[in-house]
Amino acid sequence: MRDVAVIGIGETQIGELWDQSLRELGIKAGLKAIRDAGVSGDEVDMLYVGNMSAGKLINQEHVAPLIADYAGLDDVPSVRVESGGASGGMALAEGYISVASGMDDIVVVGGAEKMTDVEDDQAKEILSSTADQEWETVFGATFDSLYAMMARYHMEEYGTTKEQLAQVAVKNHANAAKNPNAQYPREMPKKMVVNAPMVSEPLGMFDCAPLSDGAAAVVLCPAEMVDSYRGDPVKLAGVGHGSDHMAVHDRRNIGAMKATKMAAEKAFDRAELKPEDMDFAEVHDNYTISEIMAIEDLGFFDKGDGGPATERGDTELNSEISVNTSGGCKAKGQPVGATGINQAIEAVQQLRKDAGERQVEDARYGLTHNIGGTGASAVVHIFERWSE
Amino acid sequence: MTMPRYWREIRQRYKGVGVECGKCGRIYFPPREVCPHCRRKSYEKMEERELSGRGKVITYTQVHEPLPEMKPMKPYIMVIVEMEEDVRVTGNLVNVDYEDVEIGMDVDVELRRLGEESPEGIIYYGYKFIPVND
Repeated sequence: MRDVAVIGIGETQIGELWDQSLRELGIKAGLKAIRDAGVSGDEVDMLYVGNMSAGKLINQEHVAPLIADYAGLDDVPSVRVESGGASGGMALAEGYISVASGMDDIVVVGGAEKMTDVEDDQAKEILSSTADQEWETVFGATFDSLYAMMARYHMEEYGTTKEQLAQVAVKNHANAAKNPNAQYPREMPKKMVVNAPMVSEPLGMFDCAPLSDGAAAVVLCPAEMVDSYRGDPVKLAGVGHGSDHMAVHDRRNIGAMKATKMAAEKAFDRAELKPEDMDFAEVHDNYTISEIMAIEDLGFFDKGDGGPATERGDTELNSEISVNTSGGCKAKGQPVGATGINQAIEAVQQLRKDAGERQVEDARYGLTHNIGGTGASAVVHIFERWSE
Repeated sequence: MTMPRYWREIRQRYKGVGVECGKCGRIYFPPREVCPHCRRKSYEKMEERELSGRGKVITYTQVHEPLPEMKPMKPYIMVIVEMEEDVRVTGNLVNVDYEDVEIGMDVDVELRRLGEESPEGIIYYGYKFIPVND
């Protein structure tokens, strides 16, 4: 296996971008990444696109060649990768494998989602389709309600409080306020989160990530080739996949995600690193409870200490471990299939020391964690500052 | 959900028919072709088994933003129940106020109307949970 570097990044604004189509967003992010890397279109060997549900959201399947075509890359083979909310991260893992294996040299990995061409209700129904349609949703379970039941279980089992959940949102909004690409770049008082209208108890409106449009892309190449390109490199040091039962009810511990643990263990093992080596982490905070579970299951805090750790400020910018410095899905936004790539972009910016006001001091190692559905799939990537 | 997709699972939805693994005795609902513990050794050894319908709530929520077809029910309660057979099932809990729901409470299944294909279309029935009062 060859070492792999990220040499280019690009992302669009995240938000309700009514004037832009999926293909425009995808192209914009891709071209930014290619320009940042300093590669030319005819050097690109392969394109992977993470996308969860273009078929339902914009009635368009087969989106990878569509984006490639309009980016002027009709000579570049392309494929779409789908794994619910982990589509972007899974696409990145495919890109990593392509380059590490020696099959391809220059690989572009994009993620794109267009969620606001349908009504909110429809978009939520489509998100719910990543749960088991026949044995969860048909009985009335929404995507929100499945995470709400994880939250209730976590509260009962480990004593996590609604205020601790709210603190995740408060912290991530504070980080997003320093991110020009964020959908909600503003602080949010805790009282507002705690007192927000209920979506599915105990989760209120501000415990949930928004519906967003957006796209992001990275360019990968073998580490031995980085000197041939302009882009400031960051090493992609390890990748791990994880899995679990599809339905939440089939999992023994509803307050933990086995897929996260499995993915993290594999990624740490391959990168020859440990959770305590990480300076920052972008974790999948589609709900506030998701971040609490993630920081435990990734090994940063003991099981049950995720809530108290958040309350202590241990996950704030430049604390014990800086978590979701970008603002996360919660406040940077959640173009679902792009999430994993948006996370990778934050990791690269941090390790290039390009993160502006949200820079983690002396960042050397960082991790990204991307979840599919209610946790039946997960992928973890570990990034490392480039050293000559 | 389309009619054939619903019709295929009528036995499970109406009667709670699951399966028991012929190798290890574990029970599954809905039915699985193979036992996740015994895998290929259990293939073609999974036998039908009707659940008692009784269990305990292990987690719950009240849904305020439902899927479109559940809107008339709003707000409604969802639960994950651990059945007597040590298998867990997701469902809608009815006949109880949200304030009175608690983890560990005993529940039973009842056949109820789940929804309909359209105002003139077929009606879908299936299980819902109700509290056990004894």
